[in-house]
Amino acid sequence: MPPDVRETVEASQAPRPRRNITTAFVVSRIAVLAVAAAILLYAAPPLVATGSWIGLAVLLGATAVIGYLYLTRRYVPAKYLVPGTVFLIAFQVFPVLYTVTTAFTNFGDGHRGDKAAAITAIERGSVRQAPGSPEYQLTTALRGGELVFLLVDPATKQVRLGDAGGLSPLPGAEVGVTGKVLRAPGVTVLTAPQAAARGEEIAALTVPTDGGAVKANGLSRAVEGRAALVYDAGCDCMRGEGGPWRADGSQGYFVNAAGEHLAQGWQVNVGLANFARVLTNPTISGYFLGVFGWNAVFALASVAGTFGLGMAVALALHHPRMRGTKAYRIALILPYAMPSFAMLLVWRDMFNRDFGLVNQMLGLNVDWLGEVTTARLAVVLVNLWLGFPYMFLVTTGALQAIPRELTEAAAIDGATPWKAFRRVTLPLLLVALTPLLISSFAYNFNNFNAIQLTTEGGPFPPENPQVGGTDLLITYTFRLAFGTGGAQFGFAAAISVFIFAIVAIVSAVAFRRTRKQEEVYA
Amino acid sequence: MKLALRHAFVLAVCAFAIFPILFVVSAAINPLGTLASTELLPTGAGLANFGELMTSDVYPFGRWFFNSVFIALLSSFASLLLSMFAAYAFSRMRFAGRRVGLLALLLIQMFPQFLAIVTIFMIFTRVTELYPAFGFDTVWGLMLLYLGGALGVNTWLMKGFLDTVPKELDEAATVDGATHAQVFWKVIMPLVTPILAVTALLAFITTMSEFLMANVFLRDPESKTLAVGMYGMIAGDRRNENFGMFAAATLLTAIPTVSVFLWLQKYIVSGLTSGAVKG
Repeated sequence: MPPDVRETVEASQAPRPRRNITTAFVVSRIAVLAVAAAILLYAAPPLVATGSWIGLAVLLGATAVIGYLYLTRRYVPAKYLVPGTVFLIAFQVFPVLYTVTTAFTNFGDGHRGDKAAAITAIERGSVRQAPGSPEYQLTTALRGGELVFLLVDPATKQVRLGDAGGLSPLPGAEVGVTGKVLRAPGVTVLTAPQAAARGEEIAALTVPTDGGAVKANGLSRAVEGRAALVYDAGCDCMRGEGGPWRADGSQGYFVNAAGEHLAQGWQVNVGLANFARVLTNPTISGYFLGVFGWNAVFALASVAGTFGLGMAVALALHHPRMRGTKAYRIALILPYAMPSFAMLLVWRDMFNRDFGLVNQMLGLNVDWLGEVTTARLAVVLVNLWLGFPYMFLVTTGALQAIPRELTEAAAIDGATPWKAFRRVTLPLLLVALTPLLISSFAYNFNNFNAIQLTTEGGPFPPENPQVGGTDLLITYTFRLAFGTGGAQFGFAAAISVFIFAIVAIVSAVAFRRTRKQEEVYA
Repeated sequence: MKLALRHAFVLAVCAFAIFPILFVVSAAINPLGTLASTELLPTGAGLANFGELMTSDVYPFGRWFFNSVFIALLSSFASLLLSMFAAYAFSRMRFAGRRVGLLALLLIQMFPQFLAIVTIFMIFTRVTELYPAFGFDTVWGLMLLYLGGALGVNTWLMKGFLDTVPKELDEAATVDGATHAQVFWKVIMPLVTPILAVTALLAFITTMSEFLMANVFLRDPESKTLAVGMYGMIAGDRRNENFGMFAAATLLTAIPTVSVFLWLQKYIVSGLTSGAVKG
């Protein structure tokens, strides 16, 4: 049969072997198009409705790229990597990058929003009841889904409607004997329980008036007040009591002549100030080495301990004539099956000096979490208990991949069991498990829960209550960033960047050492 | 090693593993139900704590239980699949950025996660406005969030296992005319069952006890997972009085995990690959 000319041409252009177009091929392509279309149909309308054009562009771009990727025959690795990567970027990479950018700002309590939001908050917060201003009878109502105030002037009995836009007359309202509005055209009056359920919303609603605002005072009264602080765009300052408060763009605060600032500020870029603070703050840099040392010991001891114990049990059970392995495995998996935060709290109680189980059983009266050495021993032990079942599981899994023939061959060649383990089993195990060990090290280096839920960093020496005996870098510095003085996200992010750098460098070095190993088997 | 020695060693480790759990059991059946009155061997026994837990108006335990198991099953299955796809590409294909990608997967996990929660909160505030079905207090939103962690150390675990599966197997299939998809589904997947089972279990357990993100995400009592709900049980000054109920809940939480383990156990130990390329 003469070759089809078209096919020869195509074959010379594309040197890869051509495959027949099968039913599965067609079905999978149609499925890809259908899924892409479904996602677009679901996700696009809300974006259009709210005018989020950037979001829409990202959505269209991503759908187009993904659609193309699965329709073409090229880029095979990408076909397998993209599904997980999409989620990874959205919920891990993006949050981390965003957090890193906040390290260059003063984001935190008092610096959450932009300047306009700060001005609104300050003005609203400073509203006080103006002397001699009327007190209205308040009835709350819904207009469509929106909460509005129906205000009855006590002197004139006139009814007005107040919403976030201002006051407007409301003709045709029927006022009851108590002064409450019974019904009014265009709105649904809320009953007392309904109003009580919306208490927060009612308290938050501010109806602007000329030079002031009407706010609810309870559920049945409203007062007109005036802002004690008013923004003046001319001088870029807040005028009023204690002021003028000038806007300081470098701090993100309104500052007065005396150097004081208003509590509410806004988010500004502070450059490297947060990083400089980590390096120069004596309470951080002064104790850094000590905390870092214990932190490294804690992480290494946790990894070595859990891996050692987990692997030892897995090896002990990995024997053809071993009986009862099922029951053993269940018992060994139990610590991992319990919710870890719950068990951390239980362990803390077990180490309690007065009624703790450990002292009861050993007949001791040791203040386990009150002395540095015993507290450190205790947290490492707790972490060993929590972590070894994981290592047991992964080692059991990895052991299945090592053919028994290899160890048998070693035995026939005269190797002792120890030698066979050291030279054959362990290297093969480490090929699969080294990345897990590195990852476990990184996890334990920042194991906030293990410390916070047991010792909270303590015991704290009386001469220096800043830094505790079991404090990790992360618990120690986060107490600084979120303790007194409110949450300082920018500062905390800068600390995180430093900790990340340390862990990443240690891990990358460890990783390089395993590189040769991996190349052999990869 | 002698078999008896093996048994002795494993028994000792089992004792270490179980004794804190005995304490929890003792607390759960302690009729007084407080922390201060709990000892290793209970002075009395009763199911009062369990009964109180099941009938409580304040704590919809059954609902939490269902939420947790549902989320854990579905998200561990989905993340297993995503992770396996990636592991297949990383193990069997050579492409630009492979090594960097692998390293990046490892490094991204090392960033102190709980700061990123602030950002995740902001992302989902926006998502809740746009797509309420995937917003706060929904199972689906939390599931999406968990899928963000699908690629990570589990991918490494699977890739490590795949590297030890002989390449000759899929090369043979390719020579016979199988596409990459056919190789993946028909050749690779059956061979990696043990590690799939291990990873599925790990993913299930992690999701069951995940607390930090779920705590931010689920605020409505009906939508909470076990970890979040139980934390609320002993938060603040309720610690001592609710301890028995809390211990009972802790024990019940372990049941799904142990069931999943029992179900997957036979796959974990089936050494399918050994002998696959025997001549």
